[in-house]
Amino acid sequence: MDFNDTSQEAEFRAEVAEWLQQNVPTREELSGLGEIQQSKLWQKRKFDAGWACLRWPKEYGGRGATAIQSVIWNQEESKHPVPTGIFQIGQGMAAPTMMSWASEEQKRFHLPPLASGEHIWCQLFSEPSAGSDLAGIRTRAERDGNDWIINGQKIWTSGAHYSDYGILVVRTDPTVPKHKGLTYFFLDMKSPGVEIKPIKQISGGANFNEVFFTDVRVPDEQRLGAVGQGWQVSLTTLMNERAAIGGGGGGVGFDRVFRLAQKLALDDRPAIENGQVRSALANWYCQESGLKYTGYRSLTALSRGETPGPENSIGKYVGASKSQDMASFAIDLLEMAGILEDRATATGAGIYTGTYMNAPGIRIAGGSDEIMLNILAERVLGLPQDIRVDKGVPFNEVPSGSSN
Amino acid sequence: MNFEFSQEQNLLREQARGFLDENCPPSSVRKILEGTDSFDEVLWKRIAELGWLSTVIPQDHGGLGMSYYELSVIAEELGRALAPVPFSSSVYLATEALLLAGSTAQRQKWLPRLASGESIGTFALSEQAGRPTPSALKTSFDGNSITGTKIAVPDGDIADFAVVVARSEVGDGATVCLVELDDVATRRVDVIDPSRSHAELTLEGSQAELLGSEGTGWSLVNQLFDRAAVLFAWEQVGGCQAALDQAKDYALNRYAFGRPIGGFQAIKHKLANVYVKNTLARSNCYYGAWALAGSEAELPLAAATARVSATQAFYFASKENIQTHGGMGFTWEFDCQLYYRRAKLLSVGIGSEMWWQDRLVAAYEQSNRLASA
Repeated sequence: MDFNDTSQEAEFRAEVAEWLQQNVPTREELSGLGEIQQSKLWQKRKFDAGWACLRWPKEYGGRGATAIQSVIWNQEESKHPVPTGIFQIGQGMAAPTMMSWASEEQKRFHLPPLASGEHIWCQLFSEPSAGSDLAGIRTRAERDGNDWIINGQKIWTSGAHYSDYGILVVRTDPTVPKHKGLTYFFLDMKSPGVEIKPIKQISGGANFNEVFFTDVRVPDEQRLGAVGQGWQVSLTTLMNERAAIGGGGGGVGFDRVFRLAQKLALDDRPAIENGQVRSALANWYCQESGLKYTGYRSLTALSRGETPGPENSIGKYVGASKSQDMASFAIDLLEMAGILEDRATATGAGIYTGTYMNAPGIRIAGGSDEIMLNILAERVLGLPQDIRVDKGVPFNEVPSGSSN
Repeated sequence: MNFEFSQEQNLLREQARGFLDENCPPSSVRKILEGTDSFDEVLWKRIAELGWLSTVIPQDHGGLGMSYYELSVIAEELGRALAPVPFSSSVYLATEALLLAGSTAQRQKWLPRLASGESIGTFALSEQAGRPTPSALKTSFDGNSITGTKIAVPDGDIADFAVVVARSEVGDGATVCLVELDDVATRRVDVIDPSRSHAELTLEGSQAELLGSEGTGWSLVNQLFDRAAVLFAWEQVGGCQAALDQAKDYALNRYAFGRPIGGFQAIKHKLANVYVKNTLARSNCYYGAWALAGSEAELPLAAATARVSATQAFYFASKENIQTHGGMGFTWEFDCQLYYRRAKLLSVGIGSEMWWQDRLVAAYEQSNRLASA
């Protein structure tokens, strides 16, 4: 075992590192630009030099690179403070779905602007009464000549307010069981009848939205897959979502809390000398290290041209709770000062309270903890799926709560 | 990036698993647990014939001179099978102690015998309840003979010699000795997992020779524990996997309310959480094996990380295995107890979870000091 690149990988890494060194935007270039403009500037620069969406075929704006090359690129790019997040849904989820299900003409038309950052896409899946039970969506589409007329509401749509296009799953037949009556489309977010309202989160931010559809017309050409095949198409998107969210959490890591415990006093001694503190820190180190080396095992599979096993699906599940618990612990270590968020006085300037308030969202987004455990139990351990009361029942006869 | 066992190592794993499935089924473990034998002597002889005891012993001392990756693979499979043999005492502890500190004469005398299985070695530290420290040691060594009582010595009743820790008035407060047990009074004691025998050693001026040097014993114990911890952790991870497999099989075949209990989320989530802990522990063991195989500087941190996560994972897997089995899991007849017993035995064998948590943070502090120096 070793952590080294193969000679080909090392050569590729050197090439990437050099290009990044010379092309990462300077502070002056970025000054005065908002996050979206900054992201678009960087994405366009990568695209023009052939460094956008590395794994995609060249004809769609990619580089035709291998999986491990793409990982190496991401590792090197993450060493630089460049903004990339706003393209994640379009490039990481919409694009793979388009690649599997769109016509050749659509792929050639839509994928290059996704790679260049010219277009931003969002994902219109969840609804107020359909989250973990995604196939229970109620937004409907009715055929009208060559168009479909969409009515209903989506929710938790990240970036809807700055997106050009969206991928959308709707109900086209409520008289058949829920998975069979769905159809998948993509649409122009500027279409008449689309109304976007931001949702304020407990963290104070507003990254996602409610999206309302009132008689929105979508041409039949923008349907992906057959009428009634929307669930299968959605699965393509969802598999990519878990891969995209992966890693999990961010925010407060082990080293930050370790250093805090070195710096703070507890009973007139450095907090790090306290047995309870050491015990808690050791457990988080084990988790962080376990995730890191699980990732290395997956990278090894990629490097050998194999498909990584299911181990990696534990990343978001373990990482999100770890960040949440570490933030909570760090606030406790700070004692009465732990609650302060005032940048002028607070130790850590709200890093811990920020993670504390953000983490609940990570535990829910892209498959809640409970859904992740179901996936591990069913797909990895081979345990049976839950019995479904609505199985085989026409959707319009399925019992629903009063909130609907 | 190559963070995976090689093809040859995986082939060894397959062979080891096949051999142990045949030669060490749960019924063999139970036979030792319920009977009077201290270990499965037939299995031990076959393991010796396969060369497993000599995996990392250099070729000029009668060994195979292979790497710690091969030994890790074997350790995991022995852990999976709960093998009732003195492998951990003789290989992870006695052999490692000789490799670390043995004189040429000591190595020449003992390593070939350990390699062939002709001799069994062990390690004796604990004298009383509570975490051992140099200042709490009462066993004394005068240069030629040793006096004191060692409790809960693994395989103490069958070992030919023991690596014994005695107090020292100089250096780090401890001295390590090598004691042949032919004339030492040993008494087999009852322990939580009788499939692995333990004994009390009463040393009354027994002949002993220095291993390493006077007053550096505690440092040797720490080095030895770092090495043994990785191998113990692999055994623990093997046990984790076996306990999870057993729970999963039962959950698929036991019906309640008209369906397999494995279909209820209460069971699915429980077993998924076992899988998650096992996977993290396994990945940390990879890190441990890598450090043990040649990255000395990272070994203390890697060993503690593997050890803490494997200890926690095996305890969790073995108790939730019983829980998944319901009342049947609490019966003597079912094998769930074997994993639960072994989990606790292994978790204190070379120091408890709490001790290793402390060592983990200490190793992290040390690596930070080195990085900033």
